[in-house]
Amino acid sequence: MSDILKYFRQDRLPHIWCPGCGHGTVTGALVRAIARLKLDKNKVCVVSGIGCSSRAPGYLDFDTLHTAHGRALAFATGIKLARPDLKVIVMTGDGDCTAIGGNHFIHAARRNIDITTIVMNNNIYGMTSGQYSPMTPKGFLGTTAPYGNPERTFDLCKLAEAAGATYVARGTSFHAQMLIDLIEQALTHRGFSVVEALTQCPTYFGRKNKVGGAVELLEWIKERTVNAKAAAVLPPEKVAGKLLIGELHKNPQPEFCDEYDKIIAQVQRKFEGFRGGVRGCEQNSD
Amino acid sequence: MPSAKLMQGNEACTIGALVAGLEFYAGYPITPSTEIAELCSEELPKVGGKFVQMEDEIGSIAAIIGASLTGKKSMTATSGPGFSLMQESLGYASETEVPVVIINVQRMGPSTGMPTSPAQGDVMQARWGTHGDHPVIALAPGNVKECFDLTVRAFNLAEEYRVPVIVLTDEVIGHMREKVLLPDWEDVKVVDRARPTAPGGYRPYEADLDGGVPLMAPFGQGYRWHVTGLFHDETGFPSGKADVADRLLRRLDRKITKNEKVIRDYVTESVEDCEILVVSFGSSAMSALSAVRRARREGVKAGMLRLKTIWPFPDEVLKDLSRNAKAVLVPEMNLGQLAYEVERTVGCRAPVVRIGKVNGDLFRPDEIHDKIMEAAK
Ligand SMILES: Cc1ncc(C[n+]2csc(CCOP(=O)(O)OP(=O)(O)O)c2C)c(N)n1
Ligand code: SF4
Ligand SMILES: [Mg+2]
Repeated sequence: MSDILKYFRQDRLPHIWCPGCGHGTVTGALVRAIARLKLDKNKVCVVSGIGCSSRAPGYLDFDTLHTAHGRALAFATGIKLARPDLKVIVMTGDGDCTAIGGNHFIHAARRNIDITTIVMNNNIYGMTSGQYSPMTPKGFLGTTAPYGNPERTFDLCKLAEAAGATYVARGTSFHAQMLIDLIEQALTHRGFSVVEALTQCPTYFGRKNKVGGAVELLEWIKERTVNAKAAAVLPPEKVAGKLLIGELHKNPQPEFCDEYDKIIAQVQRKFEGFRGGVRGCEQNSD
Repeated sequence: MPSAKLMQGNEACTIGALVAGLEFYAGYPITPSTEIAELCSEELPKVGGKFVQMEDEIGSIAAIIGASLTGKKSMTATSGPGFSLMQESLGYASETEVPVVIINVQRMGPSTGMPTSPAQGDVMQARWGTHGDHPVIALAPGNVKECFDLTVRAFNLAEEYRVPVIVLTDEVIGHMREKVLLPDWEDVKVVDRARPTAPGGYRPYEADLDGGVPLMAPFGQGYRWHVTGLFHDETGFPSGKADVADRLLRRLDRKITKNEKVIRDYVTESVEDCEILVVSFGSSAMSALSAVRRARREGVKAGMLRLKTIWPFPDEVLKDLSRNAKAVLVPEMNLGQLAYEVERTVGCRAPVVRIGKVNGDLFRPDEIHDKIMEAAK
């Protein structure tokens, strides 16, 4: 316990989350993974957007940045590129990451910038009190889906993989030990790594959908997932319609900041004054 | 040795930025600002700096705020549609006091408008585009050399007051080529943000409540501080308390209002005895100046005030210069934006005449000259 407490800003507690909220479990898993890796507190930077989940960095004793809704990865890109020696971690919600921040998410993945992104997916907009998100399953209720959500969801892990993320995993707040392992793997991976953490919002998702409180929601999460390794040998009917958990994709590729540093190594010189000319500046375009 | 070079405004902005210590650029291409991105992509890695083309302008301003938090001087450049997309995080930079420079090479709007035509329609957006009261500074170069000077100054002001600084140029200033005499790099005054000396006891937002500027620690140096766009107290952590919010917003505002005299920058011509005062900026002011000179030659007591600092607006200067004016004319490439401020400041001392031009063409001097002669009748 003591080895993880030192990573918290204990004077900032208690946190704002509701009793039974899963965001604390995911935050705890991140801190445990950091503790296992014995990361230097002064070289870790945690960035978030807006949402209940995005409040997590405020409780962590690193340089922390609570940005605008959906923009965490864009802010983090600036930090990482300016200071590639820092371990940059993004904590984001399902709405923050896949709705308003979807564009930054796929482009960060495409660049393969060395950022670990933890998506706290509670299938709802918690902070604004329960509207449906791009991760609310079809037919489920939200305050803006009073007749059942007519939209489909993303498969976030497949999206990340297709966009170019080089490490992708899915864990849950129910499988807490596995979540620590997955985040640990993500943190040691050089490149864009994504851990989707399925988690519970008892206050809005659970109540609105009459699934129940935290315990019932954890059961619900357990029921809708299956371990990716086990799934490979299970009969198809046991896997159908379930979300795979575990490490789903790993494909090391050249990392963006490393590639940029190669350019610098090629062209760097002392500043001898500016010699550039401007090409094609009168071209028409929108 | 100062060196003479033929260059365009966008190039001069880029060189100014590099001389001021630019280390990080993030942007998204948009006419008529794109040359700035192109030049930064070419020059920055040569000095060990970084360039990244983001997926949009929302990401661009976010990335430069992130980079600035690590202690690197950062900027982006854009034009109308992109400037609109940047507004939310421009407010974030104001609220969190992160120095950044945004060059807005104005083009005709609204919407996609006329991408290759000059305009000055972003005067009010530069001041009030993001929600809530907030401090900003906006500078307006009137020629290519000033693109250099005012970009350097934009960085210096951003670092000194920890605010976003906007350089408002336009398509003509940005693309026009002039011979420019650049100073020796060593002779250029460069300001760096004040930093704390050691992590112990660092209170990131502690400052004199009357417009004080807190010390800014770079990320990754052991300070382990928190930055949020929520209202926050001296510790940097969010607070919902009314007195905390009031204190912070008033301090942020005072950073600029208190220092308006030092921030203000303008040039005048023939204002000593002038009866017809022309107030303008940017490329409109080039045409206005030749109109004023011609009117003078023709015996009309015309004078000119050209603003290089638009925000904060120099109330005192204009009040003083308009004391004996019979009329104040405001030529600008919009339907009257700077004119709002001029009307407010001049009050009932003299009639304010709006001369708006919104067809994508530059003013011809005779258009302004005609208005001067009309007002002098
Ligand atoms: C630009 C903008 N639009 C909307 C909001 C309102 N808003 C705040 S949090 C949020 C949803 C957050 O949902 P999610 O990311 O899933 O986080 P959770 O609260 O569920 O953890 C919304 C819509 C905002 N703050 N900014
Ligand atoms: S509203 Fe939901 S997501 Fe937000 S703190 Fe409460 S339980 Fe957690
Ligand atoms: Mg959510």
